[in-house]
Amino acid sequence: MPRESILKGRLWVLIEDGQLFSDIDTDMIYHNAHLAVTDIEKMGQFAFGNLEGYKDFTDKAQPGDIVLAGDNFGSGSSRQHAVDCFKALGVQAVIARSFGAIYRRNAINSGFPIIELPGIPSDLFSQFETVELNLESGIIISGNSSFQGNPMSEVARDIYLAGGLFQYAEKM
Amino acid sequence: MGRTLIEKIMSSHGGEDCRAGDVVWIDIDNRTARDFAGASVVGNLEKYGGDSPIAERSKTFFTFDCNVPANTIPYANNQQRIRIFARKNDLKVYDVDAGIGSHVVIEEKYAKPGTTTVGTDSHLNIMGSVGAFGQGMGDVDIAYAFKTGKVWFEVPESIRVTLDGIPAAGTEAKDIALAMLKRFSSHELLGKAVEIYGPWVENASLEDCVTLSSLATEMGAIIALIPPNENVLDFFGITRDEAVYADSDTAYLEDYSLDIEGLEPLIAAPPSPTNVFPVSEKTDVKVDGVFIGSCTNGTYQDLKYAAELLRGRKVAPGVMLKVVPATRKTWARLLEEGLLKDIFDAGGIVSNAGCGGCASGQIGMTGEGEVQISTSNRNFKGKQGKGNTYLAGIGTAAASAVLGRIASVHELKEVL
Repeated sequence: MPRESILKGRLWVLIEDGQLFSDIDTDMIYHNAHLAVTDIEKMGQFAFGNLEGYKDFTDKAQPGDIVLAGDNFGSGSSRQHAVDCFKALGVQAVIARSFGAIYRRNAINSGFPIIELPGIPSDLFSQFETVELNLESGIIISGNSSFQGNPMSEVARDIYLAGGLFQYAEKM
Repeated sequence: MGRTLIEKIMSSHGGEDCRAGDVVWIDIDNRTARDFAGASVVGNLEKYGGDSPIAERSKTFFTFDCNVPANTIPYANNQQRIRIFARKNDLKVYDVDAGIGSHVVIEEKYAKPGTTTVGTDSHLNIMGSVGAFGQGMGDVDIAYAFKTGKVWFEVPESIRVTLDGIPAAGTEAKDIALAMLKRFSSHELLGKAVEIYGPWVENASLEDCVTLSSLATEMGAIIALIPPNENVLDFFGITRDEAVYADSDTAYLEDYSLDIEGLEPLIAAPPSPTNVFPVSEKTDVKVDGVFIGSCTNGTYQDLKYAAELLRGRKVAPGVMLKVVPATRKTWARLLEEGLLKDIFDAGGIVSNAGCGGCASGQIGMTGEGEVQISTSNRNFKGKQGKGNTYLAGIGTAAASAVLGRIASVHELKEVL
């Protein structure tokens, strides 16, 4: 499967108390009550099922959507489900000020794009605006403005382009 | 310039002369998966593993600890799927009786100082307690480690934290971990390796080191490495020369000191482990349940201390006390020494070994409005049920169970 390095989609700006939602842990993304699920297609229905204000996310999300959050997105457990639930819904990418370390790896290994945009103000983007991400350069375009995020590392980019860690390994 | 502890461990495991920022493929000494995500590891290997899904059988094993024995059919199905895969591939399973995988790995001395361990448990960085590398990873990474014995890793930058002074009597490793969470929150150490020094860690027991390192995940750190002290070296029966230490001329990204002189017991209130207060400021909070156990505070030392505090006392009317030893070996020792009887006689419930409360485990969850004091490591909203979970050490947990409200161990000594 050829992978695009430019993605365009509708942006969900996750907000808590007027600020970009920070410290969204894996139990808020994908609650431990559903950890026994192993079929990725069945994980979509639980995405953000324990995130205050966004429990109806799965009903409203559309394929192609992009998610924006604050600091330390995906902290907590090692569950791959917290990445896979977005893939199941067709969510294209997550942008955050920073990511939990394990989450970052899990996303990279399953070929799910994440972009870090450190220190951005909470009102930089508007709810449901369309943004364009360039995964190679880390640049995010919103209307007439563009913002420089951290580009993917070489390994991350190669794994993403291959479609995941195992697919990447086959080419090694 | 010298190298940090993590740079040295990774350099000796295939990363050659690596430095922070390098992306290296490291050799993994111990490759594990647990009952949660283990079935997905099996699924990945069935899909991508080909004819030889396991690189080295003796270094690869499963540990069941989340939900033991399974109390839901999906968990039971996953455990059985793993057992069948393990039998077919001649892999060891530490089954539902064994206890918490991260503790089994240390107890069985797989994770010696300087080694590398990965598994599907975000608290596998507990290996930092013995100066070893450990890391929780998702099922894709772990399947890859099972098949090839390697994972890729971006060598993190290291921060040195020196704990100055000696805490007050009655203050435990957990309180020191909470003091670190209060100071650093979940952002300052995010994505970094931490090395912890100071007089307290030089004399800490292995169990104390386990407790302190287990909270690295909640600090956002990759790992909290404690250079092996005499207690840890004795446990493994090795000398300093056989362990790995940072070079003396190493420059760290940051060099912090944290004053723990006279530190009093702390407690993390909902909704996060970084929301830390002195126990003395929360003594008006009534308690419905107390959980003692988990990879953070479920060792023999922890439960022995709990038993000693509960001996001859009673849990307050209407309060549930749930106790879960970390491993079967811990259980056996507590049983043989009569310590389980102290807990039982005080009114506690003692469950079989395992994680217990954190992943919908065998000891049950909290209901709406229920206040729980837990010796575990996470109190995020919804994590341990619908109730409000406070995180504390053994002394605070035991005292709160007896007094029916949040209380420090000092107050317990006034009862009886």
